[in-house]
Amino acid sequence: MEIIGDLTFAGLASHLLVGLSRAMILFIVTSGLSFVLGVLRVPNIAHGSLYMIGAFVAFSISHAIGGNTGFWVALLLSPVVVGLVALIAERSLFCHLYEREHLMLLLFTFALMLILGDLVKMFWGADYRSIMAPKYLRGSINIFDSPFPKYNLFLLVIGPIVAVLLWLFSNKTKMGKIARAAAVDREMVGAIGINVSWVFAFAFVLGCLLAGLGGALVSPTVSVTLGMDHDIIMEAFLIVTIGGLGNMWGALVGSLLFGITQSFGVLFWPQFAIVFPYLAVVIVLIWKPTGMLKSVW
Amino acid sequence: MRDSFSLKTIGFLAAIFALVLVLPLVIPRFYTYTLALIYVMALLAMSLNLVVGHGGLFQFHHAAFYGVGAYTFALILTKTAMPFWIAFVAGPLAAGLTGCLIGGFCVRLTTLYFGMLQIALGSLIWAIVFRWYSLTGGDDGIHGIDMPSCISSTNASYYFILVIFTLCLIILYLILKSPFGITLRAIRDNPERCETVGINVNLHKLAAIVISTLFAGIAGVLFVVVERSVFPDLLFWILSLEVFIMCLLGGWFTFSGPILGAAIIVSLRTFVGTYTEYWTLILGVILILLIFFLPEGVMGFLAQKARPHERGLTAGEK
Repeated sequence: MEIIGDLTFAGLASHLLVGLSRAMILFIVTSGLSFVLGVLRVPNIAHGSLYMIGAFVAFSISHAIGGNTGFWVALLLSPVVVGLVALIAERSLFCHLYEREHLMLLLFTFALMLILGDLVKMFWGADYRSIMAPKYLRGSINIFDSPFPKYNLFLLVIGPIVAVLLWLFSNKTKMGKIARAAAVDREMVGAIGINVSWVFAFAFVLGCLLAGLGGALVSPTVSVTLGMDHDIIMEAFLIVTIGGLGNMWGALVGSLLFGITQSFGVLFWPQFAIVFPYLAVVIVLIWKPTGMLKSVW
Repeated sequence: MRDSFSLKTIGFLAAIFALVLVLPLVIPRFYTYTLALIYVMALLAMSLNLVVGHGGLFQFHHAAFYGVGAYTFALILTKTAMPFWIAFVAGPLAAGLTGCLIGGFCVRLTTLYFGMLQIALGSLIWAIVFRWYSLTGGDDGIHGIDMPSCISSTNASYYFILVIFTLCLIILYLILKSPFGITLRAIRDNPERCETVGINVNLHKLAAIVISTLFAGIAGVLFVVVERSVFPDLLFWILSLEVFIMCLLGGWFTFSGPILGAAIIVSLRTFVGTYTEYWTLILGVILILLIFFLPEGVMGFLAQKARPHERGLTAGEK
């Protein structure tokens, strides 16, 4: 019975850490989704595609430059590239739809997902790509006598940093406060002379930037390929919903629940590991349909 | 919906029916197969439109029920020795039962929360089917399912599907014309008032979901008849969105819009897909054009052109 053998404190702790580092990636992606959902009230289906683009751009940049610097430049630049893609899509098409029925906005983001997915196929092809983390982040170190990948530890550091920065941004800066106000009452924000359309553009781009950052961060741990977008987007939506729509801390709580149930599912019943997070989501939604934390809707 | 058919409409319908009856005799087999696939997707889209267009519910994971119907049918045929007709009835029933269970949880909620809970529950079913290798074949699915000899040729299966599809259309039409259908649209337009006049809103919504999932199950069974295989993508949320798009594309406030939407999307994939691998890009561009220029769908647009003063089934401006 291998499973019993693994049920030591060390085994549990290492699964917990793996789950936590997965949760950090999910959090970075879903906080962006949640931000867009909160301010624009649009479930952005293309969010997963922007995450995928982030990973592919990170691949191209890190291979063009190479070495340790390549990775860091990719990590900094690919969110910017993704943000630019989002800005173009928003200003050229999306911004003309804000007055329209809600379902149409949803449909637009779906169309965007279809288009971006095929554009990625055109630029990068359907091959599997991989990215190397910098030398000092490769390999593993021993925690509680079991090996743990260094890169996952790095993710565990990055996640909270992003959370703190997001909190500082939305509570301490003027732009962040305006965005939060627009989430609650967009008419009022417009009435006091703020250009709501640009607030929306800004929120959309910031949210997509986070998707790009998530994609760049995840790229050394997975094979970068088409279909990444489909895999992440549904998880991201469910996480945002169980956390509370538009609530950043909700995204964090939801990501933790999702990541940890997934890694413990691997421990207890590997064949059905992917079932556990969905089960957790179903239980939360039946118990509290509007999410665990307060939704801005 | 008009109350009586004019002579012109009846003639038009009869002409279309005669055409689809004769077509398989003159067109190549591949086209017959594509047409049959269009009927299957059209039935699925029609069943979804019952709850989305007429019921106003955010049924975001309709494919789950379609897949349950298809898998039940396929599993009974391959794993048991039961006769064909039992499998044929069990598929839709299983889908309807799943619809009743999932719908029961969902009807308490509204709009996006309804949709998200349904996606969560549907994804749960998908994840189980995807990983349960010993029963469902996991991500490989089940292929080469034997059909009875009377419907095994392409033409025979085409006529079989055509008959079932036509019957389903008639039943759906009658349901939508019935007091139940009218109540459903009333609930869509003003749930509070319906509650006040004594209509059990949640029960009506649940009934609509069960009917719609039952038809989705029939579509699933018919898919297996055409394709002879099942795979987990049948329950994946991408398909759910695609069917949703069919309704919006064709015109979700019209009766026959979803058929047109299904025909457009299936033919796009089949024929554009043979010229270029980037057919989803083209679909995306078409969708954006649709959003900007034809927000009520192709059929909705045509209906408005034909009868500018009457808005048919439309909900009125929201």
